Amino acid sequence: MSETETTPTIQLPDPAELIVSNSPHIRDNHNIKKIMFTVVLSLLPACLAGIWFFGFAALKVLLLTTVSCVVLEEGWNKLAKKPSTWKDGSAMVTGILLGMNLNAGVPWWVCVLGAVLAIILAKQLFGGLGYNPFNPALVARVGLLIGLPEIMTTWNVPTAGKMMADVTTAATPLGEGVKNGVFSLGDLFAGNVGGCIGETSVVALLVGGALLLYFKLIKWQIPVAYIGSVFAITGVAYLIHPETMHSPVYHVLSGGLLLGAFFMATDMVTSPMTHKGMLIFGLGCGVMTSAIRLWGAYPEGVSFSILFMNALTPLIDRSTISKPFGYVTPGKGGAE
Amino acid sequence: MNIALIAIVAAGVLGAVLGIIIGIVAKAFAVEVDERVEGVEERLPGANCGGCGFAGCADFAKAVVEGRAQPGGCPVAAPEAVADIAGYLGIAAEEKEKRVALVRCSGDCANTVRSLYNGVRDCRSAVLVAGGAKGCDYGCLGFGSCADACPFGAIEIRDGLAVVHPELCVGCENCVAACPKNLIIMVPATAEVHVYCNSPEKGAAKRKVCKTACIACRKCVKASGEEDHMLVDGFLVKTNYENPPPPELVEASACPTSALRLASKHVAGGYGGASK
Amino acid sequence: MSNQTRKFKGGVHPNDSKALSKDKPIQDAPLLESYKVIMHQNIGAPPELVVKKGDVVKKGDLLAKAGGFVSVPLHAPTSGTIKMIDKCPGPTGMSVPSIEITADGEDEWGAPFVPMSDWKNTEPKMLKQRVWDAGIVGMGGAGFPAHVKLSPPEGKTIDTLILNGAECEPYLTADHRLMLEQAEDVALGAAIIARILGLETAVIGVENNKPDAIQALEKVAGKYGVTVQGLPVNYPQGAEKQLIYAITGREVPIGKLPMDVHCVVQNVASAVAIADAVVKGRPSIERITTITGKSVVNPGNWRLRLGTPVEKALEFVGGVNEQPAKLLLGGPMMGIAQSSLGVTVMKNTSGILLISRDEVSQYSSDPCIRCGRCVEVCPMSILPATISQAVENKRFDWAEELNVMACIECGSCSYVCPSRRPLNQHFKRAKIEIQAELRKKK
Repeated sequence: MSETETTPTIQLPDPAELIVSNSPHIRDNHNIKKIMFTVVLSLLPACLAGIWFFGFAALKVLLLTTVSCVVLEEGWNKLAKKPSTWKDGSAMVTGILLGMNLNAGVPWWVCVLGAVLAIILAKQLFGGLGYNPFNPALVARVGLLIGLPEIMTTWNVPTAGKMMADVTTAATPLGEGVKNGVFSLGDLFAGNVGGCIGETSVVALLVGGALLLYFKLIKWQIPVAYIGSVFAITGVAYLIHPETMHSPVYHVLSGGLLLGAFFMATDMVTSPMTHKGMLIFGLGCGVMTSAIRLWGAYPEGVSFSILFMNALTPLIDRSTISKPFGYVTPGKGGAE
Repeated sequence: MNIALIAIVAAGVLGAVLGIIIGIVAKAFAVEVDERVEGVEERLPGANCGGCGFAGCADFAKAVVEGRAQPGGCPVAAPEAVADIAGYLGIAAEEKEKRVALVRCSGDCANTVRSLYNGVRDCRSAVLVAGGAKGCDYGCLGFGSCADACPFGAIEIRDGLAVVHPELCVGCENCVAACPKNLIIMVPATAEVHVYCNSPEKGAAKRKVCKTACIACRKCVKASGEEDHMLVDGFLVKTNYENPPPPELVEASACPTSALRLASKHVAGGYGGASK
Repeated sequence: MSNQTRKFKGGVHPNDSKALSKDKPIQDAPLLESYKVIMHQNIGAPPELVVKKGDVVKKGDLLAKAGGFVSVPLHAPTSGTIKMIDKCPGPTGMSVPSIEITADGEDEWGAPFVPMSDWKNTEPKMLKQRVWDAGIVGMGGAGFPAHVKLSPPEGKTIDTLILNGAECEPYLTADHRLMLEQAEDVALGAAIIARILGLETAVIGVENNKPDAIQALEKVAGKYGVTVQGLPVNYPQGAEKQLIYAITGREVPIGKLPMDVHCVVQNVASAVAIADAVVKGRPSIERITTITGKSVVNPGNWRLRLGTPVEKALEFVGGVNEQPAKLLLGGPMMGIAQSSLGVTVMKNTSGILLISRDEVSQYSSDPCIRCGRCVEVCPMSILPATISQAVENKRFDWAEELNVMACIECGSCSYVCPSRRPLNQHFKRAKIEIQAELRKKK
């Protein structure tokens, strides 16, 4: 027998090609891109509902905001000589959310202006993804609402299924007093009411919210605390003044509450990380929203309240740090 | 008109009242400051580098006035500034030799074996993973912890190696503490010849991982003849900074690995990449 | 003893990949021509050399004696001549002192210890001395001298002995095979340790993904008065603090030791080493190591002598099919990456693992998106995301306030981070800086 037959050549790793790094050396398959595209998927039902009710005008707005956000993000990266980030999908999510927060009849330049506010002012000037203290889409919406109140509060009449219908203006459920509150709960559920593109269809928003919960991208704490507190506070108000107040169910189903509670308040970057913090955050949003709706000058307060609570997020996170495993209160001694 | 008037008067009264309160508080709670402290502080460079060991220039100025520190204790101040402070306080200025930082390594990317490292780009974090993933256990990791610590921008990371620009270095020693490999020492600014290696390993082991390691061949020791310009320490030769060699020594000793270098040429990148 | 098991908060469920080697019986490695025994294999003081170049030693002879109480002696893995006392690549990437032995091929035992077959009537003190003399350390990974754990200081009472057979690290099956094939030795070791501690019984904790090992242990458990407890499959179930919580419900306070909650935890491999030392009179000179990975030709569990170079160990398993991305000593979650094949097997080398390119974790410096996944999985309930940001800003005082010192470096947070942030490395850094600051104050 020859030498080669008895000892087959054994291939060993080449040490020069071995990577050294700290442990752990394996990871699960989650990444930012996957998270963002799952969010996009969860937003689709509400977008489709918006397009169904407001026609091609809604599709135009959504496409315009999304494309503007992605182009601005990449343009900024080019100018600032930062690595490309548009592929991670975060700008896309911001764009879609921004579109959903506009009404279908806005002119094209409002979409672009909104994208500038969201991507440049609210996100990149703070350092990009992860560093923005406020939800970019909401900053844009509030910026536009304050700067262009006429355009931002002219709502389209839903024209379910008629894609090419002329745009006519209408009232929103919360914009009208109780006497004129003509919307049935059924219409609210389906989304057959005036309002922003993405906020009207309760069914579609619930489907999207369920998807987010299923993929574990949001926790139940914020939506439940938010919606629950709005329900409770407006419920008390309704019990006291049933003749001048909307019912709590009407409050929950109308306006941007569900969109805000499931998709905006739960934005990872701008909401607390601890469970207790999430509850406080949702509660704070609910109290603010109810207060603005019941007593404020604006008919709707979801955007303002979420932005306000965004500002409190670091504080909430700091004050709700959970007790570490095996934590001993200083001065209390050992485990006995 | 009436409303405007009321507003103006109210604001005026409020301003006056608050102003008076501030005035009283400022008088009542005034902190006595030795004016000489401010005088000394004005004459200091104001870099707040902490190189003196005190918490910034103001603290150092206080220490000087109280006699707990010498004006020369400021590593940044030029001799003229030190003399100025001493003259201002009427005390004698100590003569002080200017010292600059020296990174005792010449192992840039071209010269030294490295592993593929993946992790935090910071020397003090990298050193926790496989010692920093450099073939040589003692070499510069090149992630720039020293450069980050330098308030004067005197350290450049060039091709994975920290290089001190002596003309910018003021000798605050912040980098000395920042280096996890303890590679940085303070040397007299006048010394021109340094051994750019700090590995105590045997010559053969060093050569395996680095082309520009000191292999302790002692050519430089022989070239300096009777003078003890160079000291041998195990498998490493060191410059004797008590009696620094003249620049000509580098030429004369023909260091086979070019670990022995002229500071000016090293900083200017004159030794390039690999040597023979 | 009640078998109520508690589930600790957090944890992750990586693909365990144990199928590669869990059905491979333990094989004895062939005798090599030379061994490079790394001197300092234990936590604590390094041992002091007692041999010199050219000395002839027999298998099991003393190479170095303990350098203090928290230190253990080192013994020759085979008979032969001391060729060199020099440096070799160490597990942390730095060169470390080592003793090179050229084997004479006889593999002849010296006469290190007298077997204590009547251990039931031997003084606990003598048994403990034997554990120390045999150089036994925690073989699960840490390498903490076993006799130190068995010596609770005055005033600390021990009421529970736990043997750690969780083996929660993916890929590793060494403890699994050991419990299956040498169940009796595991139980015997447990009984001996219990006697040293003055206890009647011991609990062997095994993750429920090893039903055959649990069954094998239960068969012999009664004979030695020990019990076996199945544990939920959840990484890091084998971490000392999590294991104690699962079995006793006690929380070890941050910065304290298991003995502060009256517990002693020993790895099952250490228990077998203790049984061998007492009953057979053998020092700790070999261990079971899983050599595995997707690129390994023939993964398996091997009985390797101390000082076996990784290069040779990889030859035992037929080498690799393709170039792996990483070579690890230990498991994929807490193992140490190597850049050299010259590093050798130590008392705590539970695995030699090759990680393939398709599964390797590549770190980046992407920003945290505050998704909170790390907070969910942290078994110590600290805030990895916030701490890592404090460390990036070099605010180690904040990191300390946020309880970074409680971190057990299990790596669960880095495992789930969608931004692939090197969280664990940040925490290691923070701990070292905080300890340095503490020393400075003293």
